[in-house]
Amino acid sequence: MDTERVDQIIDKHHGEASSLIQVLLDIQSENHWLPKEALERVSQRLQVPQARIQHIATFYKAFSLVPKGRYEIHICMGTACHVRGAQRILDTVQELTGIKPGETDLDLKFSLQTVNCLGCCALGPVMEIDGKTHGKMGTSQTADVLKSYD
Amino acid sequence: MSDVTLQIDGKEVSAREGMTILEVAQREGITIPTLCHHEKLEPFGGCRLCTVEVDDRGWTSYVASCVYPVKKNIAVKTRSEKVDRIRKTIIELLLAHAPDAFELQKLAEEYGADRDRFEKQASFCIHCGLCVRYCDEVKKAHAIGFVDRGIRKEISFIPEIAAQVCWDCKECFPLCPTEALQAAYVLTKALYPPKTEGDPKALGR
Ligand code: SF4
Ligand code: FES
Ligand code: FES
Repeated sequence: MDTERVDQIIDKHHGEASSLIQVLLDIQSENHWLPKEALERVSQRLQVPQARIQHIATFYKAFSLVPKGRYEIHICMGTACHVRGAQRILDTVQELTGIKPGETDLDLKFSLQTVNCLGCCALGPVMEIDGKTHGKMGTSQTADVLKSYD
Repeated sequence: MSDVTLQIDGKEVSAREGMTILEVAQREGITIPTLCHHEKLEPFGGCRLCTVEVDDRGWTSYVASCVYPVKKNIAVKTRSEKVDRIRKTIIELLLAHAPDAFELQKLAEEYGADRDRFEKQASFCIHCGLCVRYCDEVKKAHAIGFVDRGIRKEISFIPEIAAQVCWDCKECFPLCPTEALQAAYVLTKALYPPKTEGDPKALGR
């Protein structure tokens, strides 16, 4: 992400220090992670010490300081999904993408993350990709869903 | 500001409104153990070692005296069986991180804390925040901060800033009760040597 774009995002939030989290969220959602240069720029423009930005960026799970894939897969391992076979879905995704939870593949296509309850237990087992919910997953459907992303 | 009267360890004292129990106790020559408190820094309330018993119209509660403002007619006990027990457990939990820290050993002796009660932890930082807050509030250099949260919370230098300011400062070093800070600094320095490194004058330590 270039400095110009970071500046645009900062300007959108009027360069106010109190908008720090909002600025970081915008960079994260557009770029999928928070590169160091971007954080340095944010620190400079919002007049917030880097140490503080680092604290916030590591505190919330929504932020990542390492590159993430274009698509973020969240697999629900909550109780309801667990009893309906979430582990099978996770296994399938791991096998197809070659990555484990917390990892990103080499092509920066997928990142995988497990979560505990997405709040739609009736649809279990649930897999969410970039905010889109895929419910009542079976192993073969999981494979089809993954194939539909490129 | 008006004055309030309260009781500390049976003694009637008066204090300015807004003072903390700890401040009043110190003025009266009563010692309350502290770890995260520093007179130059804003109260933090992180270690809870300064816990005291407060009786407010018959209601008993246990509060961190370094952040608790005095109130009219409260009765404070700086030692009691329960206060001592609370402090003992806190010390034991901290000893799991830093079993050899001098300050903790002294406290352990006083409160009969068992250094092996809890399983040892990998990091000796006890999260008192003295280093971080000193750098922020007094030096305003912001060279060090906390990262992550919960059981993974750690201190971390910003290497680029550390390389510029820490070399000649190191004022936070004596504040750290456990030397976790020094260890983190050595590591940072190894990864990102100060600019003066290699300069024979600077090396003549
Ligand atoms: S490194 Fe030392 S001073 Fe800093 S928070 Fe940890 S224990 Fe406290
Ligand atoms: S347990 Fe998976 S959505 Fe609730
Ligand atoms: S000294 Fe009061 S909480 Fe640490």
